[in-house]
Amino acid sequence: MLRYAFRRLISFALALVVASLVVFFSLEVVPGDPAAYMMGLNARPEAVEALRAELGLDRAPAQRYVAWIGGMLQGDFGTSYTYRAPVAGMIADRLWVSLPLALYALALSTLIAFPVGIWAAARRGSAADMAVIGTTQLGIAVPNFWFAMILVAVFAINLGWFSAGGFPGWENGFWGGLKALTLPAIALALPQASILARVMRSALIDTLGEDFVRTARAKGLSPGQALRRHALRNALIPVLTIIGLQFSFLLAGAIIIENVFYLPGLGRLVFQAIQQRDLIVVEGVVMLLVFAVITVTFLVDLAYAAVDPRLRRG
Amino acid sequence: MSLLSIEGLDLAIHGVPILKRVSLAVAPGRILGVIGESGSGKSMTAFSVMRLLPRGADLSGRILFAGQDLAQAGEAQMGRVRGAGIGMVFQEPMTALNPLQTIGAQVAETLRLHDGLSARTAAARARAVLDRVGLPEPEFPLGRYPHELSGGQRQRVVIAMAIARRPRLLIADEPTTALDVTTQAQILALIRRLVDEDGMGAIFITHDLGVVANVADSVAIMRRGAVVEAGPTAQVFAEMRHPYTRALFAAATHQPARRPHAAPEPLLQVQDVVRSYPGRGGGLLARRGAAKRAVDGVSFTLHRGESLGLVGESGCGKSTLTRAILGLEPVQGGRIALAGQAVDAHRPVPRALRAKVQVVFQDPYGSFNPRHRVSRLVTEPFHLLDQPPAGIARAHAVAEALEAVGLRAGDADKYIHEFSGGQRQRIAIARALIIRPELIVLDEAVSALDVQVRAQILDLLADLTDTYDLSYLFISHDLHVVRRITDRVLVMRAGRIVEQGATERVFQAPEHPYTRALLAAAPDLTKAG
Repeated sequence: MLRYAFRRLISFALALVVASLVVFFSLEVVPGDPAAYMMGLNARPEAVEALRAELGLDRAPAQRYVAWIGGMLQGDFGTSYTYRAPVAGMIADRLWVSLPLALYALALSTLIAFPVGIWAAARRGSAADMAVIGTTQLGIAVPNFWFAMILVAVFAINLGWFSAGGFPGWENGFWGGLKALTLPAIALALPQASILARVMRSALIDTLGEDFVRTARAKGLSPGQALRRHALRNALIPVLTIIGLQFSFLLAGAIIIENVFYLPGLGRLVFQAIQQRDLIVVEGVVMLLVFAVITVTFLVDLAYAAVDPRLRRG
Repeated sequence: MSLLSIEGLDLAIHGVPILKRVSLAVAPGRILGVIGESGSGKSMTAFSVMRLLPRGADLSGRILFAGQDLAQAGEAQMGRVRGAGIGMVFQEPMTALNPLQTIGAQVAETLRLHDGLSARTAAARARAVLDRVGLPEPEFPLGRYPHELSGGQRQRVVIAMAIARRPRLLIADEPTTALDVTTQAQILALIRRLVDEDGMGAIFITHDLGVVANVADSVAIMRRGAVVEAGPTAQVFAEMRHPYTRALFAAATHQPARRPHAAPEPLLQVQDVVRSYPGRGGGLLARRGAAKRAVDGVSFTLHRGESLGLVGESGCGKSTLTRAILGLEPVQGGRIALAGQAVDAHRPVPRALRAKVQVVFQDPYGSFNPRHRVSRLVTEPFHLLDQPPAGIARAHAVAEALEAVGLRAGDADKYIHEFSGGQRQRIAIARALIIRPELIVLDEAVSALDVQVRAQILDLLADLTDTYDLSYLFISHDLHVVRRITDRVLVMRAGRIVEQGATERVFQAPEHPYTRALLAAAPDLTKAG
């Protein structure tokens, strides 16, 4: 198990290095000079040149890459071209919204999907199963911002249980923050739960057809016991894979929901930074997301091994 | 007094009749062998007793066991019978165990479920049961996982689960079919011993007459969902009153009419071939395990027109050797030559050389694309020819190949799912034959077939050597089949050829102890009763 984890850790580090190279050099070739953009259309060439020097854009790309990586390792993500503020601070502020939102949505998605998927698989072919298939199909097809608007219309405008948008900040109380994130998290979670419930259902149906489930039944276990004790854990591997992918998506892909609810999240930050050619912010956010995705993949790999003893041998 | 008595059992699944008026009886301490070909309803009879039938099953008749009629029992009642009153062992030990649970947990589960034992007591009892089925403590602690065990060892675990509660009846559904002969002999001896010690009754389901002859006290022969003949083993085997029984026996011992065609010149030469794989593990901190030699200095010659057998148990290296001969597996030492030309997977094998050898595999379904018509499937090897026949010549070649294997030219327009297992194997042979290879490698080509179909395919293989200039490399774990279809035989063990010689000589006077052990373990019809 330790060796398995160690080997995963090595590939984890390699993936980070490769990703940082790709992120840095692909953004370098994106057309558009941040300095020229910041100075406006009528800027004099000498002024643009001076700003380029000040921002360090006149150095060779390799030099800048090393400086960028070295800075990040010490928590210095550089200074935003547009806002002249440390990127690390900007990201940290946004992360305090995006990370809880992603975790909240993922928890909701999992809490909905597991019982629904298991329930449908145990009643395969029945009317209940058909209803689950139909509902989840709808959940996947309908865009999450539409859910978001329905939720706002019902729970914020009509019932007045939640505010329609904005984020009060955690410093004004945990429950207030959580409440502000509830509607966005539900809107994000519904499509994800639909996908996850379907994966859970089909993985479990496959596993229920396995010989060892028949063996369990021949021992005298009821269908429900055979499902819980033998089939469920065997069906978890594909489900874990999807959960890992969903977390990465939820962390970065919430931009539309952030806009609907006026949440100061990472998605909106990176969107604005791209518009303003604030490359250093884009690079910082993208690297952070890459780090998050790779970390989640690593954790999912460890979870595989925890579930399946056959994977524990390096 | 019968322990289990099945009376007039009818079973239909979604309206399709599966069992018709099946009646069987099992006495305590006795083994009933149920024999039949695939689709005869023998497994469905077992699943009827366990009431583990697929959806849409409609069961009628009586299944009397320990004073209850299981055909009428409710699910709760069956939950108390399964595992406690009746234990069951399945065909495929590789998949019958939960891969994520230790063997100890799986055996203990049976005990805890029915007796409500504490975890500690159940573990101790599980330990005792595993000892009893031949998996003693030092090598097989309770914490072992199924993937750490061989097929035979896993089957012992399945048996341990089935007998843990000392059930009065054991149902074994093809329990040794997936195992090697020596392992099969050990599992048969184990089941016999457990039946004798516990006074259990047992139903032993198999397609193999030889296995039944060795293990069963009485037999029932099933065909198309009905029992055609039943009685004490010795009596049934001696009298064979029903024509189907006689046909089964004739097929099981069928000797195809073969004329030797072997010429002195060599066709395939294999010299000192070595194929090794790097050891497991390795990496930054750990050292690699020792390299494993799958094929370890193998040499033999196959002559033109000869039928050469290669026998060995799973893992002996015969598949690796076969792939090396086909140029699919790079070798680390030695040389392989086909018709004088070197076969070397390190370089692309010339198409003209590839065209000289074709292969027929065990699973006739898995090796065909189900979306192509037979005409396209059969002409696949044409890509090896520089100028493949086209148009009428192509249709003619397809028709000739299909007719050569006993099918009709009109079958070319059908899809593979329209054919039975035996017909599919004929199509596989037609595909091999169509470019007139010099050598056909038959890799367990008849192992998955029912005895009667197998006899027909063996006849076909024998006939083809009269018409075509063909040599066979016949790879099988089934010694009796190899004996009937080959001129010479190689016995392989742990990557080495331990014995080779004329087939009859090797079978009648085996020299190597391993060959003797294999022959002793192989079930033999003549040992009946």
